[in-house]
Amino acid sequence: MREFAYERAADVAGAVALLGSGPGARALGGGTNLVDLMKAGVERPQLLVDVRELPLDRIEEDGDGGLRIGATVTNSELAAHPEVRRRYPALAQAVLAGASGQLRNMATVGGNLLQRTRCGYFTDTTKACNRRSPGSGCPAVAGEHRNGAILGASEHCVAVHPSDMGVALAAFDTVVEYETADGPGTLPLDALYPPVGDAPHRETALPEGALITGLTLPDAPVAAHSRYRKVRERASYAFAIGSLAAALDVRDGVVHDVRLAFGAVASRPWRARRAEEALRGGPAGADAFAAAADAELAAARALPDNGYKLTLMRNLVVAVLGELTEEAGR
Amino acid sequence: MPPSTPSESSAPSPTYSDISLRVNGETYALPVDHRTTLLDALRERLDLTGTKKGCDHGQCGACTVLVDGRRSLACLQFAVAAQGREVTTIEGVADGDRLHPVQQAFLDLDGYQCGYCTPGQICSALGVIEEHAAGWPSAVTADLRPEAGPAPLNADEIRERMSGNLCRCGAYASIVEAVARAAAPDAGGSCAGVCGTEVTA
Repeated sequence: MREFAYERAADVAGAVALLGSGPGARALGGGTNLVDLMKAGVERPQLLVDVRELPLDRIEEDGDGGLRIGATVTNSELAAHPEVRRRYPALAQAVLAGASGQLRNMATVGGNLLQRTRCGYFTDTTKACNRRSPGSGCPAVAGEHRNGAILGASEHCVAVHPSDMGVALAAFDTVVEYETADGPGTLPLDALYPPVGDAPHRETALPEGALITGLTLPDAPVAAHSRYRKVRERASYAFAIGSLAAALDVRDGVVHDVRLAFGAVASRPWRARRAEEALRGGPAGADAFAAAADAELAAARALPDNGYKLTLMRNLVVAVLGELTEEAGR
Repeated sequence: MPPSTPSESSAPSPTYSDISLRVNGETYALPVDHRTTLLDALRERLDLTGTKKGCDHGQCGACTVLVDGRRSLACLQFAVAAQGREVTTIEGVADGDRLHPVQQAFLDLDGYQCGYCTPGQICSALGVIEEHAAGWPSAVTADLRPEAGPAPLNADEIRERMSGNLCRCGAYASIVEAVARAAAPDAGGSCAGVCGTEVTA
Protein backbone atom coordinates (compact mmCIF):
# COMPACT_ATOMS: atom_id res chain seq x y z
CA MET A 1 0.00 0.00 0.00
CA ARG A 2 1.29 3.45 -0.82
CA GLU A 3 1.92 5.80 2.12
CA PHE A 4 -0.69 8.48 2.67
CA ALA A 5 -1.44 11.51 4.79
CA TYR A 6 -4.56 11.52 6.97
CA GLU A 7 -6.72 14.44 8.03
CA ARG A 8 -9.93 14.38 10.01
CA ALA A 9 -12.29 17.06 8.70
CA ALA A 10 -14.19 19.03 11.33
CA ASP A 11 -16.61 20.75 8.96
CA VAL A 12 -17.78 20.48 5.37
CA ALA A 13 -15.86 23.58 4.24
CA GLY A 14 -12.65 22.12 5.63
CA ALA A 15 -13.34 18.77 4.01
CA VAL A 16 -13.91 20.17 0.52
CA ALA A 17 -10.85 22.42 0.84
CA LEU A 18 -8.75 19.33 1.52
CA LEU A 19 -10.48 17.27 -1.18
CA GLY A 20 -9.90 20.07 -3.68
CA SER A 21 -6.21 20.28 -2.84
CA GLY A 22 -5.20 17.75 -5.46
CA PRO A 23 -6.24 14.67 -7.38
CA GLY A 24 -4.61 12.42 -4.80
CA ALA A 25 -7.12 13.31 -2.08
CA ARG A 26 -9.95 10.91 -1.29
CA ALA A 27 -12.79 11.08 1.20
CA LEU A 28 -12.80 8.28 3.79
CA GLY A 29 -16.23 7.29 5.06
CA GLY A 30 -16.75 3.77 6.41
CA GLY A 31 -13.82 2.60 4.33
CA THR A 32 -15.39 -0.76 3.61
CA ASN A 33 -14.55 -0.50 -0.10
CA LEU A 34 -11.80 2.12 -0.20
CA VAL A 35 -9.53 0.48 2.39
CA ASP A 36 -9.82 -2.86 0.62
CA LEU A 37 -9.01 -1.28 -2.76
CA MET A 38 -5.99 0.45 -1.19
CA LYS A 39 -4.74 -2.93 -0.01
CA ALA A 40 -5.16 -4.23 -3.55
CA GLY A 41 -3.31 -1.25 -5.03
CA VAL A 42 -6.35 -0.23 -7.07
CA GLU A 43 -6.71 2.97 -5.04
CA ARG A 44 -3.51 4.89 -4.28
CA PRO A 45 -4.54 8.11 -2.53
CA GLN A 46 -1.94 10.53 -1.19
CA LEU A 47 -4.34 12.03 1.32
CA LEU A 48 -7.34 10.54 3.10
CA VAL A 49 -9.87 13.06 4.36
CA ASP A 50 -11.84 11.35 7.12
CA VAL A 51 -15.39 12.70 6.84
CA ARG A 52 -17.16 10.51 9.37
CA GLU A 53 -17.31 13.18 12.04
CA LEU A 54 -18.93 15.77 9.81
CA PRO A 55 -22.38 16.87 10.99
CA LEU A 56 -24.08 14.95 8.15
CA ASP A 57 -25.43 12.07 10.22
CA ARG A 58 -29.14 12.94 10.41
CA ILE A 59 -32.30 11.71 8.73
CA GLU A 60 -34.84 14.53 8.69
CA GLU A 61 -38.11 15.58 7.08
CA ASP A 62 -37.30 17.65 3.99
CA GLY A 63 -40.29 19.94 4.62
CA ASP A 64 -41.97 18.76 1.41
CA GLY A 65 -43.19 15.34 2.41
CA GLY A 66 -39.89 13.63 1.71
CA LEU A 67 -36.79 12.73 3.71
CA ARG A 68 -33.34 14.20 3.72
CA ILE A 69 -30.58 11.72 4.53
CA GLY A 70 -27.14 12.92 5.54
CA ALA A 71 -24.15 11.42 3.73
CA THR A 72 -22.54 9.96 6.84
CA VAL A 73 -25.67 8.14 8.02
CA THR A 74 -24.66 4.49 8.19
CA ASN A 75 -26.43 1.79 6.23
CA SER A 76 -27.63 0.30 9.53
CA GLU A 77 -29.15 3.55 10.74
CA LEU A 78 -30.86 4.13 7.41
CA ALA A 79 -32.45 0.67 7.32
CA ALA A 80 -33.59 0.89 10.95
CA HIS A 81 -35.17 4.34 10.66
CA PRO A 82 -38.95 4.18 11.29
CA GLU A 83 -39.87 6.62 8.52
CA VAL A 84 -37.71 4.84 5.96
CA ARG A 85 -39.35 1.53 6.89
CA ARG A 86 -42.82 3.05 6.78
CA ARG A 87 -42.60 5.27 3.72
CA TYR A 88 -39.88 3.61 1.58
CA PRO A 89 -39.81 -0.06 2.66
CA ALA A 90 -37.98 -1.16 -0.51
CA LEU A 91 -35.10 1.10 0.52
CA ALA A 92 -34.82 -0.48 3.96
CA GLN A 93 -35.04 -3.95 2.37
CA ALA A 94 -32.38 -3.10 -0.20
CA VAL A 95 -29.97 -1.88 2.47
CA LEU A 96 -30.60 -4.95 4.64
CA ALA A 97 -30.02 -7.22 1.63
CA GLY A 98 -26.50 -5.87 1.22
CA ALA A 99 -23.25 -6.89 2.90
CA SER A 100 -23.20 -8.01 6.56
CA GLY A 101 -24.21 -6.46 9.87
CA GLN A 102 -20.63 -5.40 10.56
CA LEU A 103 -20.22 -3.77 7.16
CA ARG A 104 -23.59 -2.02 7.37
CA ASN A 105 -22.55 -0.53 10.70
CA MET A 106 -19.45 0.95 9.09
CA ALA A 107 -20.64 1.88 5.59
CA THR A 108 -22.10 5.30 4.87
CA VAL A 109 -24.82 6.40 2.47
CA GLY A 110 -22.49 8.72 0.56
CA GLY A 111 -19.84 6.04 0.24
CA ASN A 112 -22.37 3.47 -0.89
CA LEU A 113 -23.15 5.51 -4.01
CA LEU A 114 -19.44 5.93 -4.80
CA GLN A 115 -18.40 2.32 -4.24
CA ARG A 116 -16.60 0.69 -7.14
CA THR A 117 -17.53 -2.30 -9.20
CA ARG A 118 -16.57 -5.75 -7.92
CA CYS A 119 -15.65 -6.91 -11.45
CA GLY A 120 -12.66 -9.20 -10.96
CA TYR A 121 -10.64 -7.49 -13.69
CA PHE A 122 -11.09 -4.10 -12.02
CA THR A 123 -9.86 -5.31 -8.65
CA ASP A 124 -6.85 -7.23 -10.03
CA THR A 125 -4.05 -4.83 -10.92
CA THR A 126 -2.27 -7.50 -12.97
CA LYS A 127 -5.17 -7.46 -15.46
CA ALA A 128 -6.23 -4.95 -18.08
CA CYS A 129 -9.28 -2.83 -17.25
CA ASN A 130 -10.52 0.30 -19.01
CA ARG A 131 -12.22 1.47 -15.84
CA ARG A 132 -9.05 1.32 -13.72
CA SER A 133 -6.48 1.93 -16.44
CA PRO A 134 -8.07 3.78 -19.42
CA GLY A 135 -7.27 2.29 -22.80
CA SER A 136 -5.88 -0.99 -21.47
CA GLY A 137 -8.86 -3.02 -22.69
CA CYS A 138 -11.75 -5.00 -21.24
CA PRO A 139 -10.92 -8.69 -20.83
CA ALA A 140 -14.38 -9.33 -19.39
CA VAL A 141 -16.08 -9.11 -22.81
CA ALA A 142 -14.33 -12.28 -23.97
CA GLY A 143 -13.60 -13.58 -20.48
CA GLU A 144 -15.38 -13.90 -17.15
CA HIS A 145 -18.60 -11.93 -17.38
CA ARG A 146 -21.26 -14.08 -15.79
CA ASN A 147 -22.23 -11.12 -13.61
CA GLY A 148 -21.64 -8.60 -16.40
CA ALA A 149 -24.00 -5.88 -17.57
CA ILE A 150 -26.80 -6.45 -20.09
CA LEU A 151 -28.00 -2.83 -20.25
CA GLY A 152 -26.10 0.34 -21.07
CA ALA A 153 -22.73 -1.37 -21.41
CA SER A 154 -20.24 -1.02 -24.25
CA GLU A 155 -17.36 -3.03 -25.66
CA HIS A 156 -15.14 -0.91 -23.39
CA CYS A 157 -16.68 -2.08 -20.11
CA VAL A 158 -19.40 -4.49 -18.97
CA ALA A 159 -19.00 -4.03 -15.21
CA VAL A 160 -22.07 -3.71 -12.99
CA HIS A 161 -22.65 -1.33 -10.12
CA PRO A 162 -22.77 -3.38 -6.92
CA SER A 163 -25.09 -1.24 -4.77
CA ASP A 164 -28.43 -2.54 -3.52
CA MET A 165 -29.29 0.72 -1.78
CA GLY A 166 -28.79 2.65 -5.01
CA VAL A 167 -31.40 0.57 -6.83
CA ALA A 168 -34.14 1.58 -4.40
CA LEU A 169 -32.91 5.18 -4.40
CA ALA A 170 -33.07 5.21 -8.21
CA ALA A 171 -36.68 4.01 -8.14
CA PHE A 172 -37.69 6.89 -5.88
CA ASP A 173 -36.14 9.80 -7.85
CA THR A 174 -33.48 10.52 -5.27
CA VAL A 175 -31.51 13.74 -5.61
CA VAL A 176 -27.84 13.75 -4.60
CA GLU A 177 -26.49 16.86 -2.89
CA TYR A 178 -22.81 17.73 -2.94
CA GLU A 179 -20.43 20.46 -1.90
CA THR A 180 -17.29 21.71 -3.63
CA ALA A 181 -14.76 24.42 -2.84
CA ASP A 182 -16.74 26.55 -5.36
CA GLY A 183 -20.13 25.93 -3.76
CA PRO A 184 -22.90 23.34 -3.54
CA GLY A 185 -24.71 21.46 -6.27
CA THR A 186 -27.28 18.72 -6.87
CA LEU A 187 -27.64 15.84 -9.30
CA PRO A 188 -30.55 13.46 -9.82
CA LEU A 189 -29.29 9.97 -8.98
CA ASP A 190 -29.95 9.00 -12.60
CA ALA A 191 -27.40 11.59 -13.71
CA LEU A 192 -24.79 10.76 -11.08
CA TYR A 193 -23.45 7.90 -13.20
CA PRO A 194 -22.62 8.88 -16.81
CA PRO A 195 -23.20 6.46 -19.69
CA VAL A 196 -20.29 4.03 -20.07
CA GLY A 197 -19.55 4.70 -23.75
CA ASP A 198 -15.83 4.84 -24.45
CA ALA A 199 -14.93 6.36 -21.05
CA PRO A 200 -15.80 3.83 -18.35
CA HIS A 201 -13.15 5.39 -16.11
CA ARG A 202 -15.40 8.45 -15.80
CA GLU A 203 -17.55 6.87 -13.11
CA THR A 204 -19.48 9.85 -11.77
CA ALA A 205 -20.63 13.25 -12.97
CA LEU A 206 -19.53 14.90 -9.72
CA PRO A 207 -17.08 17.78 -10.13
CA GLU A 208 -13.47 17.08 -9.15
CA GLY A 209 -13.04 17.24 -5.39
CA ALA A 210 -16.79 17.19 -4.64
CA LEU A 211 -18.10 15.70 -1.41
CA ILE A 212 -21.56 14.11 -1.32
CA THR A 213 -23.28 15.74 1.66
CA GLY A 214 -26.70 14.11 1.51
CA LEU A 215 -29.66 12.77 -0.42
CA THR A 216 -33.24 13.90 -0.76
CA LEU A 217 -35.91 11.24 -1.14
CA PRO A 218 -38.90 13.10 -2.54
CA ASP A 219 -42.41 12.52 -1.29
CA ALA A 220 -43.79 9.47 -3.11
CA PRO A 221 -46.95 7.86 -1.71
CA VAL A 222 -46.47 4.89 -4.06
CA ALA A 223 -43.20 4.10 -2.28
CA ALA A 224 -45.11 2.93 0.79
CA HIS A 225 -46.18 -0.05 -1.36
CA SER A 226 -42.75 -1.14 -2.46
CA ARG A 227 -40.44 -4.14 -2.32
CA TYR A 228 -36.82 -5.01 -3.03
CA ARG A 229 -36.05 -8.50 -4.26
CA LYS A 230 -32.46 -9.63 -4.60
CA VAL A 231 -31.24 -12.74 -6.37
CA ARG A 232 -27.79 -14.02 -5.48
CA GLU A 233 -25.83 -17.24 -5.44
CA ARG A 234 -26.23 -17.83 -1.69
CA ALA A 235 -28.91 -16.85 0.80
CA SER A 236 -27.03 -14.00 2.46
CA TYR A 237 -23.90 -11.88 2.31
CA ALA A 238 -23.33 -11.92 -1.45
CA PHE A 239 -23.64 -9.41 -4.25
CA ALA A 240 -26.67 -9.54 -6.50
CA ILE A 241 -26.74 -11.24 -9.88
CA GLY A 242 -30.02 -9.43 -10.44
CA SER A 243 -32.31 -7.35 -8.26
CA LEU A 244 -35.46 -5.28 -8.50
CA ALA A 245 -36.89 -2.35 -6.58
CA ALA A 246 -40.59 -2.01 -7.34
CA ALA A 247 -43.42 0.18 -6.11
CA LEU A 248 -46.99 -0.16 -7.29
CA ASP A 249 -50.26 1.69 -6.82
CA VAL A 250 -53.16 -0.30 -8.28
CA ARG A 251 -56.71 1.06 -8.27
CA ASP A 252 -59.61 -1.02 -9.60
CA GLY A 253 -57.19 -3.27 -11.42
CA VAL A 254 -55.49 -0.36 -13.18
CA VAL A 255 -51.88 0.74 -12.64
CA HIS A 256 -52.15 4.24 -11.21
CA ASP A 257 -48.46 4.66 -10.42
CA VAL A 258 -45.43 2.40 -10.69
CA ARG A 259 -41.69 2.63 -10.06
CA LEU A 260 -39.15 0.08 -11.22
CA ALA A 261 -35.37 -0.06 -10.98
CA PHE A 262 -33.05 -2.95 -11.82
CA GLY A 263 -29.83 -3.83 -10.00
CA ALA A 264 -26.73 -5.76 -11.15
CA VAL A 265 -27.60 -5.34 -14.82
CA ALA A 266 -25.74 -2.11 -15.67
CA SER A 267 -22.90 0.16 -14.61
CA ARG A 268 -25.43 2.06 -12.53
CA PRO A 269 -28.71 1.40 -10.76
CA TRP A 270 -31.01 1.09 -13.79
CA ARG A 271 -34.28 2.98 -13.62
CA ALA A 272 -36.69 1.06 -15.85
CA ARG A 273 -38.65 4.00 -17.29
CA ARG A 274 -39.75 2.15 -20.43
CA ALA A 275 -41.35 -0.54 -18.34
CA GLU A 276 -43.04 2.06 -16.15
CA GLU A 277 -44.45 3.85 -19.20
CA ALA A 278 -45.76 0.60 -20.59
CA LEU A 279 -47.62 -0.09 -17.35
CA ARG A 280 -48.97 3.29 -16.31
CA GLY A 281 -52.73 3.54 -16.93
CA GLY A 282 -52.98 -0.04 -18.10
CA PRO A 283 -54.23 -3.24 -16.49
CA ALA A 284 -52.35 -4.86 -13.62
CA GLY A 285 -51.69 -8.49 -14.47
CA ALA A 286 -49.01 -11.01 -15.27
CA ASP A 287 -49.22 -10.46 -19.05
CA ALA A 288 -48.88 -6.71 -18.70
CA PHE A 289 -46.00 -7.08 -16.26
CA ALA A 290 -44.16 -9.43 -18.61
CA ALA A 291 -44.74 -7.12 -21.57
CA ALA A 292 -43.42 -4.20 -19.57
CA ALA A 293 -40.27 -6.11 -18.63
CA ASP A 294 -39.80 -7.03 -22.28
CA ALA A 295 -40.15 -3.37 -23.25
CA GLU A 296 -37.30 -2.47 -20.91
CA LEU A 297 -35.16 -5.43 -21.88
CA ALA A 298 -35.59 -4.87 -25.63
CA ALA A 299 -32.43 -2.77 -25.52
CA ALA A 300 -30.49 -5.41 -23.57
CA ARG A 301 -27.38 -6.98 -25.08
CA ALA A 302 -26.28 -10.23 -23.51
CA LEU A 303 -22.79 -11.71 -23.70
CA PRO A 304 -22.29 -15.49 -24.04
CA ASP A 305 -22.48 -16.13 -20.28
CA ASN A 306 -24.90 -13.58 -18.87
CA GLY A 307 -28.01 -14.08 -20.98
CA TYR A 308 -29.71 -15.64 -17.98
CA LYS A 309 -30.17 -12.12 -16.60
CA LEU A 310 -32.85 -11.36 -19.20
CA THR A 311 -34.99 -14.24 -17.98
CA LEU A 312 -34.15 -13.46 -14.39
CA MET A 313 -35.18 -9.80 -14.60
CA ARG A 314 -38.35 -10.61 -16.52
CA ASN A 315 -39.35 -13.17 -13.89
CA LEU A 316 -38.51 -10.77 -11.08
CA VAL A 317 -40.74 -8.05 -12.54
CA VAL A 318 -43.66 -10.45 -12.99
CA ALA A 319 -43.27 -11.99 -9.53
CA VAL A 320 -42.77 -8.85 -7.48
CA LEU A 321 -45.43 -6.77 -9.25
CA GLY A 322 -47.77 -9.72 -8.86
CA GLU A 323 -47.15 -9.80 -5.12
CA LEU A 324 -47.67 -6.05 -4.79
CA THR A 325 -50.92 -6.30 -6.79
CA GLU A 326 -52.19 -9.06 -4.56
CA GLU A 327 -51.36 -7.09 -1.43
CA ALA A 328 -53.12 -4.00 -2.81
CA GLY A 329 -56.28 -6.08 -3.23
CA ARG A 330 -56.38 -7.13 0.42
CA MET B 1 -1.72 16.13 14.24
CA PRO B 2 -0.49 19.39 12.67
CA PRO B 3 -2.91 20.82 10.13
CA SER B 4 -1.43 20.61 6.67
CA THR B 5 -2.67 20.82 3.14
CA PRO B 6 -0.47 19.10 0.57
CA SER B 7 -0.61 21.91 -1.97
CA GLU B 8 0.23 24.56 0.59
CA SER B 9 3.00 22.95 2.58
CA SER B 10 6.43 22.61 1.09
CA ALA B 11 7.30 19.75 3.44
CA PRO B 12 5.64 16.44 2.58
CA SER B 13 2.59 15.67 4.69
CA PRO B 14 3.34 13.14 7.39
CA THR B 15 2.31 9.60 6.63
CA TYR B 16 2.45 8.59 10.27
CA SER B 17 0.92 9.95 13.49
CA ASP B 18 1.22 9.63 17.22
CA ILE B 19 -2.20 8.40 18.22
CA SER B 20 -3.95 7.19 21.31
CA LEU B 21 -6.31 4.25 21.11
CA ARG B 22 -8.98 3.38 23.66
CA VAL B 23 -9.23 -0.41 23.88
CA ASN B 24 -11.16 -2.31 26.54
CA GLY B 25 -11.21 0.76 28.77
CA GLU B 26 -7.45 1.36 28.58
CA THR B 27 -5.72 4.17 26.72
CA TYR B 28 -2.69 3.24 24.64
CA ALA B 29 -0.34 5.80 23.07
CA LEU B 30 1.47 4.59 19.99
CA PRO B 31 3.03 5.97 16.83
CA VAL B 32 1.48 4.45 13.70
CA ASP B 33 2.17 4.44 10.02
CA HIS B 34 -1.21 5.49 8.59
CA ARG B 35 -1.34 2.24 6.63
CA THR B 36 -1.69 0.27 9.87
CA THR B 37 -5.14 -1.27 10.18
CA LEU B 38 -6.87 -1.37 13.53
CA LEU B 39 -6.53 -5.17 13.32
CA ASP B 40 -2.75 -5.03 12.95
CA ALA B 41 -2.45 -2.38 15.67
CA LEU B 42 -4.39 -4.58 18.08
CA ARG B 43 -2.49 -7.76 17.30
CA GLU B 44 1.01 -6.60 16.50
CA ARG B 45 1.39 -3.44 18.56
CA LEU B 46 -0.87 -3.97 21.59
CA ASP B 47 -0.42 -7.75 21.78
CA LEU B 48 -4.19 -8.24 21.82
CA THR B 49 -4.12 -11.33 19.66
CA GLY B 50 -7.62 -12.51 20.52
CA THR B 51 -8.93 -10.65 17.48
CA LYS B 52 -8.11 -12.86 14.51
CA LYS B 53 -6.96 -12.15 10.98
CA GLY B 54 -8.83 -14.36 8.55
CA CYS B 55 -9.21 -12.96 5.05
CA ASP B 56 -8.07 -9.37 5.80
CA HIS B 57 -10.62 -8.23 3.18
CA GLY B 58 -13.87 -7.87 5.10
CA GLN B 59 -15.27 -11.16 3.87
CA CYS B 60 -14.97 -13.53 6.84
CA GLY B 61 -15.75 -11.63 10.07
CA ALA B 62 -12.88 -13.15 12.10
CA CYS B 63 -11.66 -9.65 13.01
CA THR B 64 -15.02 -8.43 14.34
CA VAL B 65 -14.69 -6.03 17.28
CA LEU B 66 -17.04 -3.48 18.80
CA VAL B 67 -16.34 0.17 18.00
CA ASP B 68 -18.40 2.63 20.00
CA GLY B 69 -20.59 -0.35 20.89
CA ARG B 70 -21.29 -1.42 17.30
CA ARG B 71 -19.79 -4.53 15.73
CA SER B 72 -17.41 -3.69 12.94
CA LEU B 73 -14.46 -5.14 11.04
CA ALA B 74 -11.00 -4.24 12.33
CA CYS B 75 -9.35 -5.20 9.03
CA LEU B 76 -11.15 -2.51 7.03
CA GLN B 77 -10.35 0.48 9.21
CA PHE B 78 -7.12 2.29 9.80
CA ALA B 79 -5.88 2.63 13.38
CA VAL B 80 -5.46 6.37 12.91
CA ALA B 81 -9.17 6.64 12.09
CA ALA B 82 -10.11 4.73 15.25
CA GLN B 83 -8.66 7.46 17.41
CA GLY B 84 -11.29 8.87 19.76
CA ARG B 85 -13.45 5.75 19.56
CA GLU B 86 -14.03 3.07 22.17
CA VAL B 87 -12.84 -0.30 20.92
CA THR B 88 -13.88 -3.52 22.64
CA THR B 89 -12.12 -6.75 21.69
CA ILE B 90 -12.74 -10.29 22.88
CA GLU B 91 -10.23 -9.63 25.69
CA GLY B 92 -12.62 -6.99 27.07
CA VAL B 93 -15.84 -8.98 26.95
CA ALA B 94 -15.61 -11.01 30.19
CA ASP B 95 -15.99 -9.47 33.64
CA GLY B 96 -12.70 -10.54 35.16
CA ASP B 97 -12.81 -14.32 35.44
CA ARG B 98 -16.56 -14.34 34.92
CA LEU B 99 -17.39 -15.10 31.31
CA HIS B 100 -19.95 -13.02 29.50
CA PRO B 101 -23.22 -14.96 28.96
CA VAL B 102 -22.49 -15.08 25.22
CA GLN B 103 -19.08 -16.63 25.88
CA GLN B 104 -20.61 -19.08 28.35
CA ALA B 105 -23.29 -20.11 25.86
CA PHE B 106 -20.66 -20.78 23.16
CA LEU B 107 -18.77 -22.93 25.66
CA ASP B 108 -21.81 -24.79 26.96
CA LEU B 109 -23.23 -25.52 23.51
CA ASP B 110 -19.97 -26.15 21.60
CA GLY B 111 -20.40 -23.10 19.39
CA TYR B 112 -17.01 -23.71 17.78
CA GLN B 113 -14.59 -26.41 16.76
CA CYS B 114 -11.09 -25.08 16.05
CA GLY B 115 -11.96 -21.75 17.66
CA TYR B 116 -10.30 -19.43 15.15
CA CYS B 117 -13.50 -17.63 14.16
CA THR B 118 -14.89 -17.65 17.72
CA PRO B 119 -13.70 -14.24 18.98
CA GLY B 120 -15.31 -12.66 15.91
CA GLN B 121 -18.44 -14.79 16.30
CA ILE B 122 -18.83 -13.72 19.91
CA CYS B 123 -18.24 -10.02 19.26
CA SER B 124 -20.68 -10.23 16.37
CA ALA B 125 -23.26 -12.01 18.56
CA LEU B 126 -22.96 -9.23 21.15
CA GLY B 127 -23.82 -6.77 18.38
CA VAL B 128 -26.66 -8.92 17.04
CA ILE B 129 -28.35 -9.15 20.44
CA GLU B 130 -28.05 -5.41 20.99
CA GLU B 131 -29.26 -4.53 17.49
CA HIS B 132 -32.23 -6.83 17.82
CA ALA B 133 -33.09 -5.39 21.22
CA ALA B 134 -33.01 -1.92 19.66
CA GLY B 135 -35.67 -3.05 17.17
CA TRP B 136 -33.46 -3.19 14.10
CA PRO B 137 -34.96 -5.40 11.38
CA SER B 138 -32.99 -7.80 9.18
CA ALA B 139 -33.27 -9.03 5.61
CA VAL B 140 -35.49 -11.92 6.75
CA THR B 141 -37.84 -9.78 8.86
CA ALA B 142 -41.19 -10.23 7.13
CA ASP B 143 -42.88 -7.00 8.19
CA LEU B 144 -40.61 -3.99 8.32
CA ARG B 145 -43.23 -1.50 9.46
CA PRO B 146 -42.19 -0.12 12.84
CA GLU B 147 -45.69 -0.70 14.22
CA ALA B 148 -45.31 -4.43 13.48
CA GLY B 149 -42.92 -4.59 16.42
CA PRO B 150 -39.64 -6.49 16.60
CA ALA B 151 -39.46 -9.92 15.01
CA PRO B 152 -38.56 -12.73 17.45
CA LEU B 153 -34.87 -13.62 17.35
CA ASN B 154 -35.49 -17.07 15.91
CA ALA B 155 -33.03 -19.29 14.08
CA ASP B 156 -33.67 -17.66 10.69
CA GLU B 157 -33.07 -14.21 12.12
CA ILE B 158 -29.89 -15.34 13.87
CA ARG B 159 -28.52 -16.99 10.73
CA GLU B 160 -29.17 -13.90 8.64
CA ARG B 161 -27.78 -11.49 11.23
CA MET B 162 -24.66 -13.63 11.78
CA SER B 163 -24.04 -14.22 8.06
CA GLY B 164 -20.97 -11.99 8.09
CA ASN B 165 -19.11 -14.48 10.26
CA LEU B 166 -17.84 -17.54 8.46
CA CYS B 167 -16.91 -20.77 10.27
CA ARG B 168 -14.85 -23.17 8.19
CA CYS B 169 -15.41 -25.96 10.72
CA GLY B 170 -19.10 -25.60 10.08
CA ALA B 171 -20.17 -25.14 13.70
CA TYR B 172 -23.11 -23.04 12.56
CA ALA B 173 -25.82 -25.19 14.12
CA SER B 174 -24.29 -24.80 17.59
CA ILE B 175 -23.48 -21.14 17.02
CA VAL B 176 -27.15 -20.44 16.27
CA GLU B 177 -28.15 -22.23 19.48
CA ALA B 178 -25.56 -20.36 21.53
CA VAL B 179 -26.70 -16.97 20.26
CA ALA B 180 -30.33 -17.88 20.91
CA ARG B 181 -29.60 -18.99 24.46
CA ALA B 182 -27.49 -15.92 25.22
CA ALA B 183 -30.22 -13.66 23.84
CA ALA B 184 -32.96 -15.29 25.92
CA PRO B 185 -31.30 -16.94 28.94
CA ASP B 186 -34.64 -17.10 30.78
CA ALA B 187 -36.42 -19.11 28.10
CA GLY B 188 -36.27 -22.25 30.24
CA GLY B 189 -32.59 -22.64 29.45
CA SER B 190 -33.76 -24.29 26.27
CA CYS B 191 -32.17 -21.89 23.82
CA ALA B 192 -35.40 -20.10 22.98
CA GLY B 193 -36.92 -23.07 21.23
CA VAL B 194 -34.13 -23.07 18.67
CA CYS B 195 -32.44 -26.23 19.98
CA GLY B 196 -33.45 -29.37 18.19
CA THR B 197 -34.94 -27.55 15.23
CA GLU B 198 -33.82 -28.58 11.79
CA VAL B 199 -30.87 -26.42 10.84
CA THR B 200 -29.92 -26.01 7.23
CA ALA B 201 -26.85 -23.90 6.62
